[in-house]
Amino acid sequence: MRDILQSLKFITLLFVIAAALLVAGVVQQANAAEPKNPNTFNRLLTPKKPFNLPPAEDGYHDPEGEGVAYLQPPKEAFKDLVKSNVGNHVDWVKSLETGKINPRFDRLDPKAKPIVMDLNIVREVKGSMPNVVYPHKQHTEWLDCSNCHPAIFIPQKGANQISMAAILMGQKCGVCHGKVAFPITAKTCRKCHSQPKGKKKGKAKKTAAKKQE
Amino acid sequence: MNHATRCGRRFALLLALAGTLWLTGQPVQAEYGDLVLNENAEKEGMPPVIFPHWFHRIRFRCKVCHADLGFQFKAGGSGINMLKIIDGQYCGACHNGEIAWSVENCNICHSGKPGLPTQVIGSRLGKLAPPGPTQGQQK
Repeated sequence: MRDILQSLKFITLLFVIAAALLVAGVVQQANAAEPKNPNTFNRLLTPKKPFNLPPAEDGYHDPEGEGVAYLQPPKEAFKDLVKSNVGNHVDWVKSLETGKINPRFDRLDPKAKPIVMDLNIVREVKGSMPNVVYPHKQHTEWLDCSNCHPAIFIPQKGANQISMAAILMGQKCGVCHGKVAFPITAKTCRKCHSQPKGKKKGKAKKTAAKKQE
Repeated sequence: MNHATRCGRRFALLLALAGTLWLTGQPVQAEYGDLVLNENAEKEGMPPVIFPHWFHRIRFRCKVCHADLGFQFKAGGSGINMLKIIDGQYCGACHNGEIAWSVENCNICHSGKPGLPTQVIGSRLGKLAPPGPTQGQQK
């Protein structure tokens, strides 16, 4: 009887050891499988950064500064504005168009209206990209003529040499775009490069003519 | 000091360390278009200024500051100092206790981390040619 009991114990022990080895093997296999996955290498597609962080957490404000607690968190201000996927994650032009914001055009007079000029300028670009349509309308909602003319853009057809290199270096359109106005990323190319080549050459003239009528 | 308190303290210390590491490891993202202004601030013993463009453009169109008040389209390019502000120029045109709060609230503007150079936060040019050290650090 005692012999049978002892052999039973021995068999159980063997089973336990076998099970433990099996589990260890499976775990090791799972661990080994992870680094072998070739899809894990993706150096340039970095995880999405958090945005519209409260001032104390944004990495620029000193969280110990006495005034930081008084500052409005951007998320709170942007709650009802039109969203975008670049910059502040706010579409400022659409927010203005839809009346979500009504910023003053004059420091003192809340009723002052901007002098809006509805004139599109089409710039035929040299490369394969679609032509650029520059809308005066959206720009004059925010700005005064003197902000751009004549220092940045000479108000004369063909007088302005513009290149993406100059823009990226902060000249021409880059004086605002890429700094405060919508940024220059692959997501925003088509905002300006919007007119297919070989189509509607007279668009600029048409709009200008309409204005004169 | 009993054992429990000591353990608690050690745990708190570890937690703080982990928190710091987690925070420094996080990619920081202040608002696109905000300015750090440190041409004079730290040289004169104040923290750098952080100007929130987004807060101001909700209230005023670009024209008000950039055409009427003479702000240049360049961070640190307008030569602003506190004397001009209290004389009603630049920021002082509104921050006079009438249109916006007055300049006694130093720490609301002078709220940047020490050592930040003048820059436009999140700008394309800043990514191509990162801003240099501050005047104070150069010496």
